[in-house]
Amino acid sequence: MKTPSYYGFWHHLGNRLLKLFSWLVLLFLILPILVIVPLSFNAEPFFSFTEGMLRLQPDAWSLRWYEQVFSDPRWLLAIKNSFIIGFFATLLATVLGTCAAVGLARAEMPLRRFITALLLSPMIVPLIITAAGMFFFYSSLNLAGSHLGVIIAHAALGTPFVIITVTATLTGFDYSLARAALNLGASPLRVFLDVILPLIRPGVISGALFAFITSFDEVVVVLFMAGPQQRTIPRQMFSGLREQINPSILAVATLLILLSIVLLLTLELLRRRAERMRGIEIPQ
Amino acid sequence: MTILTRAEAGQASVSRRKKRLLAFAFVVPLLLFLLLSFVAPIASMLWRSVYHPTVAELIPITLERLGQWDGTGTPEPATLAVFVEELHGLAKERRSGKLAEELNRTQAGMSSMVKSTARRVGRLSPEELQQQGVQTLLDAHRNWSRTETWLAVQRAGQVYTYNYYLTALDLELHPEHGIQARDTEIYRQLYAKTLKMALAITALCALLGYPLAYYLASLPSNRANLLLVLVLLPFWTSLLVRTTAWIALLQTNGVINSFLQGIGLIAAPFEMLYTSFATVLAMTHILLPFMILPLYSVMRGIDPSYLRAALSLGARPLPAFARIYFPMTLPGLSAGALLVFIISVGYYITPALVGGTDGQMISNIIAFHMQSSNNWELAAALGSLLLALILLLYWVYDRFVGAGSIKLG
Repeated sequence: MKTPSYYGFWHHLGNRLLKLFSWLVLLFLILPILVIVPLSFNAEPFFSFTEGMLRLQPDAWSLRWYEQVFSDPRWLLAIKNSFIIGFFATLLATVLGTCAAVGLARAEMPLRRFITALLLSPMIVPLIITAAGMFFFYSSLNLAGSHLGVIIAHAALGTPFVIITVTATLTGFDYSLARAALNLGASPLRVFLDVILPLIRPGVISGALFAFITSFDEVVVVLFMAGPQQRTIPRQMFSGLREQINPSILAVATLLILLSIVLLLTLELLRRRAERMRGIEIPQ
Repeated sequence: MTILTRAEAGQASVSRRKKRLLAFAFVVPLLLFLLLSFVAPIASMLWRSVYHPTVAELIPITLERLGQWDGTGTPEPATLAVFVEELHGLAKERRSGKLAEELNRTQAGMSSMVKSTARRVGRLSPEELQQQGVQTLLDAHRNWSRTETWLAVQRAGQVYTYNYYLTALDLELHPEHGIQARDTEIYRQLYAKTLKMALAITALCALLGYPLAYYLASLPSNRANLLLVLVLLPFWTSLLVRTTAWIALLQTNGVINSFLQGIGLIAAPFEMLYTSFATVLAMTHILLPFMILPLYSVMRGIDPSYLRAALSLGARPLPAFARIYFPMTLPGLSAGALLVFIISVGYYITPALVGGTDGQMISNIIAFHMQSSNNWELAAALGSLLLALILLLYWVYDRFVGAGSIKLG
């Protein structure tokens, strides 16, 4: 920070302390996550660093927990389920959410405030309430304990994120482009697919990523509603943490951290591209 | 001023209505989807907290006859005979345990009374049932001749009931004194604890997040974006991963304890995991980005020249900050604080994994009644109180911040 001449001693000191404090908070945010990565290479079945690891002895480090994860049929089923459920839930949430966001962004939308609040409520209502309600309701429809039930539930939880991100790209959207296309004889569907969609694509993609991670990370609904055949990665981690803690959970956690880094980078690239493309900023 | 003819005005209103319908048509698919997949399940659960036909299905005729009873003394022998007959039937079908459980919820102690009576009544042959059924009942437990017992049966048999709300608020219905407080406070204390913990988490998030957001906002934008990645990575990392991290850190033989022991600062490990401290700490870590992001985006928009002007005009730094800068950041602070508070009040996973018995919140007791004690109606009543609180907070959020302006990453 530049410090102008009217800054006194205390102000300088204050700035130093602020910087120190901020870095401590950043460390508080990031260190607990980073600690997991080396722990997952532990040769012993502990959740802490062994002496050998600290002395960097090669035999204290191993890949055994990764091998265990990839040879355990329960983990393999969980990984498969997470991706299948995540994919279809994302698809459903993205299509419905994008469509709704386009409607909400129109000036003529009636009852906009109420409907927006309603559509975003899956994000706000405590998951335990959603999960309990879905358990009763979906059981009565024979949807509990099926992939379809979990997919529908996760899609419902993911739509608010799609609405938020797509709405963000739609603010400042120039509707004269759509009107021009209509005037030139394009059908409304054509206009949507060929004019509107390409322009809001960054928002749609980041919304889809959010919807995917929502489903991929969701455990409460799965806990209540899904049967053993629908166990997902977080569900498997949850029971692992409650029943038999062993570092294979840390191995999975490390892989998930990698995945979130990839997703974060993708989003950042999208954001920059969107800024370049249209000269507008997607809010941070 | 242009004056429209009647036809033109009509046309304008038709086209306006068409546009409104078109806009609405885009929203309809999602609206229907959410109504069926999300709103209906929650509504049906809320319904369950007031609609409870179980007892009415178990002893329908008894309840019908009790309806004609004046509520004093003991019901007439014919009514008791009907009850014995129905109890006999239930005992034969092995369903008397359900009745015992249900009645026990209305009046503690009735479980063993109903079970032992059902065993005795169940042994009677049809003839014995006719002749000495009522006597067997009255002999089985002296409470069967008391008025309160039958009032309790009557109350348990109500199909529409607010009893579960009374229980959820630690109240009970006394036959003479009306609604009164129960001797033991469970749920009110739990609500108070949940609110206290949520408040602590929100305060911690504000205390840690505000200075960091201020620091980030004062940096040049490319450097700030780089550091912001350190905020966003935890935001994007799985909740289970972050909770796992805290378990690894806080365990008795975990990273923090072995580190502190290794450098000789402490002799014996601290017990940190499975406490409310662990819950507050882990949830502060998990929810901190929700505080930082709105604060940062508001602070980025504040022109630093306001503060510079105050300083160069001779204001001292702290008063200048408190009176010029801080009020301008209030929208971000209140948005972040409300969001963190709303999310933490209803949190389930992290308290369940790191909280032990001490760090449980209201969500965990709802889950307990759903999964272990199978008292679904009480779970629904507790859940609807929680939901009412959340919706109230959400309404406040929507009014002052706008639900549509929630920021993500």
